[in-house]
Formats: sequence, C-alpha cells, structure tokens
Amino acid sequence: MERIPILRMGKFLLITIQVDMHDTTALALQDDLMAKIARSGARGVLIDISALDVVDSYIGRMIADISMMSKLLHARTVLVGMRPAVAITLVELGLSLRGVKTALDVEKGMELLAAALEDGDAADQD
Amino acid sequence: MLAQSGLTDLLRNQTKQLHAQWMAELAAGLRADSRIGATELSEQTGEFLRILSEAAREGVWDGPQSPQLRPVLSFLDEVSRSRAIRGFTPEETATFVFSLKRPVFDHLRRRFEADPKTLADALWTATELIDSLGIHTFKAYQRTREEVINRQRTEMLELSTPVVKLWEGILALPMIGTVDSARAQTVMESLLERIIETGSTIAIIDITGVPTVDTLVAQHLLKTVAAIRLMGAECIISGIRPQIAQTIVQLGITLEGVTTRATLADALALALRRSGQTIAGTRPS
Amino acid sequence: MPPIRTDWVEVRAESDIVHARQLVRRLSSEMGFRLVDQTKLVTAASELARNTVVHGGGGRLSWECIAEEGREGIRLTFHDCGPGIADVQLALKDGWSTGKGLGMGLSGTKRLVNEFEIESRPGRGTRVTITKWK
Repeated sequence: MERIPILRMGKFLLITIQVDMHDTTALALQDDLMAKIARSGARGVLIDISALDVVDSYIGRMIADISMMSKLLHARTVLVGMRPAVAITLVELGLSLRGVKTALDVEKGMELLAAALEDGDAADQD
Repeated sequence: MLAQSGLTDLLRNQTKQLHAQWMAELAAGLRADSRIGATELSEQTGEFLRILSEAAREGVWDGPQSPQLRPVLSFLDEVSRSRAIRGFTPEETATFVFSLKRPVFDHLRRRFEADPKTLADALWTATELIDSLGIHTFKAYQRTREEVINRQRTEMLELSTPVVKLWEGILALPMIGTVDSARAQTVMESLLERIIETGSTIAIIDITGVPTVDTLVAQHLLKTVAAIRLMGAECIISGIRPQIAQTIVQLGITLEGVTTRATLADALALALRRSGQTIAGTRPS
Repeated sequence: MPPIRTDWVEVRAESDIVHARQLVRRLSSEMGFRLVDQTKLVTAASELARNTVVHGGGGRLSWECIAEEGREGIRLTFHDCGPGIADVQLALKDGWSTGKGLGMGLSGTKRLVNEFEIESRPGRGTRVTITKWK
C-alpha cells in the first residue's frame, strides 16, 4: 500500500496529497501523522490538497479528525490549496469543516501557523 | 393515384413556371427588404423546389411524415435558422412556405378543371404537404429563437457578475439586480476562480443593488461564504440596507459566523485592517 | 430514447471506489461537463461506491451516457445485494450514518445531482440511480 510522505519543516509538518487516495491510505496517513507529531513535538501541520480534484465525505472526515487529534497533541492544522470546484462541492454535500483552519496556499498557511505559534507562546508565558 | 401524380408532375416538370409564380407571390407579399436580396431569395426558392421535386421523384409519398421528405425538412431548418437570426418575424418566415399554396392551387385547378373529385383530392394532398412544411418551418424558427435567448442569457449572466480587485489581496463583487439560482451559481464560481487567480485573501460581496433578500438568496450567500472559507480566504458581505436587515431577521435567517458591514466603504476599511494595510492621507495633519 | 453509450463495472473492493471515481471523471470530462459539475458527479459516485462496498458487501455500477429533449447527461446506477436499508426516508436525512463519514452520505449526494432515486428492502439489497444533466 502506498503511504503519503510527511515532510518536516522546522516546527511544522507538511503533507502534500497528490494521489487519488484509497480509504486505507487515508487511515494510514492519520496514524503516521499522529506518531510523527508525538515524536517530533511539531506545533503545526499543513495539509496541501491543491493537487486533489475530488474530496468526498470520507476524506473530509479524515481532515476534520486530523485537525481535532492534532489539537490534542498541541499542534494546529491548516488545510491549504482547496480548489474552487472542490470547495463548492463540499459545501453542497453539507461539509463546511468549520473546525478546520484554512489558507490559500502553503506559504500563507505557514504564515498563519507562525503567527498562531507566536500568539500561543506569548499566552503560555502569561 | 391521379391526384398525387398531379402534384408530382407539377413539381417535376413545371418547376420553372412554378418558381416564377412563387417569386411573384413572395414579391407581392413582402415589401422591399434589406434583410434578404432578390437574388438570394430566388436562389433559396429555386433550391427548395429542386429538393422538393427530387423528393417527389422518389415515388409515392405516404403523407407528410414520409422519410423522403427529410432533405426538404433539413433545408427548411436552414432557411428558418438564417431568417430567425436576421430578425425576420415568425409570420414572415412561415410565409416563405405558405406562399407556395396559390401557385400550386392555380396549377391544380387548371389541370383538373373537368374532374372536381380529383381536384378536391389533389388540393387536399397539396394542402396537407404545404401545411406540414409550414409548421415545421415555424418550429425550427422557434428553436433558433430559443437558442438565441439562451445564449443571451448566459452572456448577460457573465456580464452581470464583474469581480473587481479593490486593493492588493482584496476582491469585490458588486451584485446588482435580482438573484436567482443560476445567477448565484455563476457569481460564486467566478468569484472563487478570481480568488485563486489573484491570490486574494479577502472577498467582499456587496448587495447594495440587490432589491430583496429572501431565504434562497441568503442560502446562496451562506454557501458562497462557506466555500470561500474552505479555500482559505475570507468573505465580508456589505451593503445591507436597513430594510434588508429587518427582512433577514423576520425571515428567521441566521447569517451567523458571517462578517457583515453596512457599506462597501466600511467593508474595505475592515478588509484593509485585517490584511495589515493602511491608507495614509498625503496632507500632513 | 436509448443511451449513446452504456456499460458496467464491478464495485467490490476498496480500490474499486478509486476506479469508480476515475471512470466517472473520464466520462463526464469526455462529455464536456463543466468542471464544477464533473466534480459534483465524481464526488457523488465516490459516496455511493463506498456505500456499495462497505454497507452493500459489493455490487456493480452501471453507467449510461444519455441524450433526451435536446440535453445530454450521465446516469449512474449502484446496485448491491446487501442487507438493504429498512427506513429509506430516515437514511435520506442529514446526519444519518451507520459507518464512517460525517452522516452526509445519501442526503448530501442527493444535493450533488439532478435526479436521485433509491430502492431498498431489508435483505434484498439497494439500488441507487443518479442522473446529472450537462
């Protein structure tokens, strides 16, 4: 079974989904990611789906789950690069992924994570 | 059958006379017309008679549905099409075929003068044929008009949804007029596409020019806001007039989680602040 | 009116969900569907293919490219011989779910297409037919 690579970039992890995923690939990604966050102490996760032309409720659920699970491990998740047609379809399907932070592209997602990290650290010191 | 052979004979052997009489009939009916020249009209009628006589040659036809009439019908499709596009009225277009009646009837009357029964049969056959061709022409005309209307509708939809760049990273969509489902969909798609093209992080939808906001319009707005957020941008709705604010609440629509402002200017100010930009006056205060 | 093209494929294993998506993407793009409509139909097919595999214990997807009244469309039928659904009306409500997902399966899928028909009886399997017009 193919696995989605998880790249480490400083305090953040980057996942670029480029293939039409099998359901089990998505499950494995979730396992791998949680293990990696715990091991590396990463504070943020970027999920880049700019290459995906379909996101159904299963993948939607995986993204929402990852976001909630990461939060428990003290890491924020930002979903980046969703295509217009995919966004329209997800909304029509009834999935607005309200708990998930989003950004236009990897760069803007990275800025969002960095800013959140600063705010968070400042709050921790209070 | 004698009656039918009378018509067939006319179409096959006296095409030239028939053509001349038909042209005279058409000329009497229509004033000088800039939309179609006499030469073009003559070519059209000539070609039509040629195709019709060809169909007659194929032998006995069993009524207007007969398959041998197919080339005639497709020729008429073309004629109606070009006339509809040139702005002919439906009557003028149908006249093209119906004006053939008098020359054909005249001929049949002369030919079967001595035999009233055959004459009646022949007239009936001719009437049936010409009427069905006329109706076909009319239908084809209508089809073309519908195509034209649909195309114009699409063009109008595109025209009525101008997405403009207000500032670096800030897009605005000023909506004007009544919003229906088709329009809301086009609007949403073009706004989302422009967000990607320009890399904008904030989109303002201004509804100052939308006369009424009902549940349907509100639903479309909410969907657009949700889709924009999924893509990683932010949406502000501006131009909510007092009576619209009242309607929204009275209808029980919740625009929860949606940032709204009274005017486009307020929305722009908010967008600038959120994107960390400021406008400074040039005159020192 | 008879379909322009028609065929069917097996939907048994999990990899068939991916194949169903790819098949529907190819058909809708060949027929010149707008990108948004392609995406909606592919997503709907993905939801229904997963239902067929996970809840129906496998089945088949029959597809037709159709044309009637001057419009063109794609009709997909997912058919399984699984346990069926006892209360179809309930299953069509938002939030209803038996498996993984967000409970948007059937009701959400219905919103993505122009026509949606479901026939199901406990113990006799389920047949879902969807149509999207260009």
